[in-house]
Amino acid sequence: MIPSEALISKAKDRQFTRDPERAPTEDFHDILFDLEKEGEWEVQRVPEPYVEVETKYGRKKKIPLQHTWHHKSCGQCGHIPGYSTSIFWINRKLGFDYIDPTDQTSCTAWNYYASATSNAAAQAAVAMRNFAAAAETSYFPIIHCGTSFGHYKETRQQLIHSPELRRQVRDILKRLGKKFVIPEEIVHYSEWVHAVRDRIAEHQTRNMSMIRATVHPACHYHKLIAEDAVYDPEIYGAQRSAIITGTLKAIGVEVADYSTWFDCCGFGFRHILVSRDFSRSFATMRKIEVMKEEANPDVTVTHDTGCVTTLDQSQFAAQAHNRNVGVPVMSDSQIAALAMGAHPYKVLQLHWHSTDNKPFLQKVGIDTDKAWQEFEAAVEKLKSGEQQYLTWEDADA
Amino acid sequence: MALDLSGKKYAQVSYEEKERLFNEVKADLRYEEYLYGCYECGICVAACPSARFYDFSPRKIAQAVAREDIDLVYTLMNDSIWDCSQCFSCDRCPRKNSPGGIITIMREVAVKNGLASAQAALEGYGRVVYKIMSTGTQVSPDMLQPSAFPDWGPHVKEISNNLDVWRRALPPETLHTTETGWQVDDKTLIELYLIWHMTGVMDMIKEVDEGLFMILQDVMEERLEEAGYDVSFE
Repeated sequence: MIPSEALISKAKDRQFTRDPERAPTEDFHDILFDLEKEGEWEVQRVPEPYVEVETKYGRKKKIPLQHTWHHKSCGQCGHIPGYSTSIFWINRKLGFDYIDPTDQTSCTAWNYYASATSNAAAQAAVAMRNFAAAAETSYFPIIHCGTSFGHYKETRQQLIHSPELRRQVRDILKRLGKKFVIPEEIVHYSEWVHAVRDRIAEHQTRNMSMIRATVHPACHYHKLIAEDAVYDPEIYGAQRSAIITGTLKAIGVEVADYSTWFDCCGFGFRHILVSRDFSRSFATMRKIEVMKEEANPDVTVTHDTGCVTTLDQSQFAAQAHNRNVGVPVMSDSQIAALAMGAHPYKVLQLHWHSTDNKPFLQKVGIDTDKAWQEFEAAVEKLKSGEQQYLTWEDADA
Repeated sequence: MALDLSGKKYAQVSYEEKERLFNEVKADLRYEEYLYGCYECGICVAACPSARFYDFSPRKIAQAVAREDIDLVYTLMNDSIWDCSQCFSCDRCPRKNSPGGIITIMREVAVKNGLASAQAALEGYGRVVYKIMSTGTQVSPDMLQPSAFPDWGPHVKEISNNLDVWRRALPPETLHTTETGWQVDDKTLIELYLIWHMTGVMDMIKEVDEGLFMILQDVMEERLEEAGYDVSFE
């Protein structure tokens, strides 16, 4: 028999002191700057004003507030575009300047992890080409996709430790006529949302206190180069990454825990494309059903393309088997924008999502029929040729 | 299906050939970062989503590679690595191994050498690989077709039917596209094509899908020529 009482008692006595020296890798900042001094590359500094946060082992990380160059996500922009739209909408509401570039490719890591039809040099060259494009504008890159974020951190690690890879990529960029420049920090958009959560709360127009949410942290956010993810002693005692949860708390949402929080969503890279039975099963049986059983949330909130897609889209087929599903899924940028008064369809674009989110919206006090009619009226103007595109002004009308 | 680890399945493949492939894995610059040894504690298996659904074990991968069991590595490279979800939950290894990372390298070696299992695993990938390599964005709105995602519900048909107008109903100007995730400049694409050329990625594609290679070659060479580059992927 396991002496569980004694184990729990012992656990309470434990103290976890965050110590930068205990991190599994050296502090990359020093190396970036040393290599810059040696003429290996340039380092693009985080522009002021920035917010300083702490990472897993207590190292500091600078999060720029504005003057940001938005490295978009192929999945977000392609399948769940309200994700990206909400990020831009929040920037605009906070009065921050940013660039939404067209000189950007995907990180190509989805393909890399799914099909292996790439290699380290190609992946590093794609990353550094995108970073060079950002540096040309003097705006600082902010990475929307969890996989791009994790993959770019791996790439930074490889470039730091391999002079040969640096030489190879530097030569490629030279041929492209681009600088070999690396950002001082690789920043995920949800770290930015976390850094501005109090400002989001200041601009809050919708009461969210009746909402209970669960959080799914994205694998490629907190498992790849884990020591560079944001942690906060006030969020789960810094035992889990702080982003999303910190944002939800700031806007008054109750965050409920569930036992399979560490599990991946089931995306699997190749699986979501060609083995979706795996993705569906994992997403519903290990994540959604466990959340329903243990926390019964109104919504689950995550911060990566693959997670929103897999958790949301997988629930439809599971209904045919009378599985205990039915939890709307959205990103932290979407729920933060909603709290700030964003339109559920013109900004959050929730009609691209699969699982029924109307009960959640109605609980927040939104007349979903009226909101949909407003969106349809805007679409009708596009169909009739009265106007070509929906504008930011239309989105707030 | 149970994984056959008896070694009989690939007995006809010479040890030298298996060793050659393993040496390619070991020669990768990432290998030293990904493998340190294995306590056989099983933490990686406990955290692994694929281990719950397949006869798959990140521990077996780490052990086989650490022990340099050439025959077993060859079997796993053929019959197991494609089940990995690449979530890197296994990175919680107390010895700092990254079985997911080792698998990344093994997959690349399988592709580069055109192993039949890699070709089979990537069947159905042509369109996706074509999309990312030719347009610079992997997921495009026009991929949301009911025939491609019958299990995602009726809203896929609704999106497909309204695709053009719903894309125009997005406030950010870069997102009015349907064939790419966002608007990508021609100059940006040319730079991407040059990267594929200079890093040998097209050679990898040729090993697993010659038809796709030829289509990509046509698209890229024509665009590069128009941009003033004399580049051949042959």
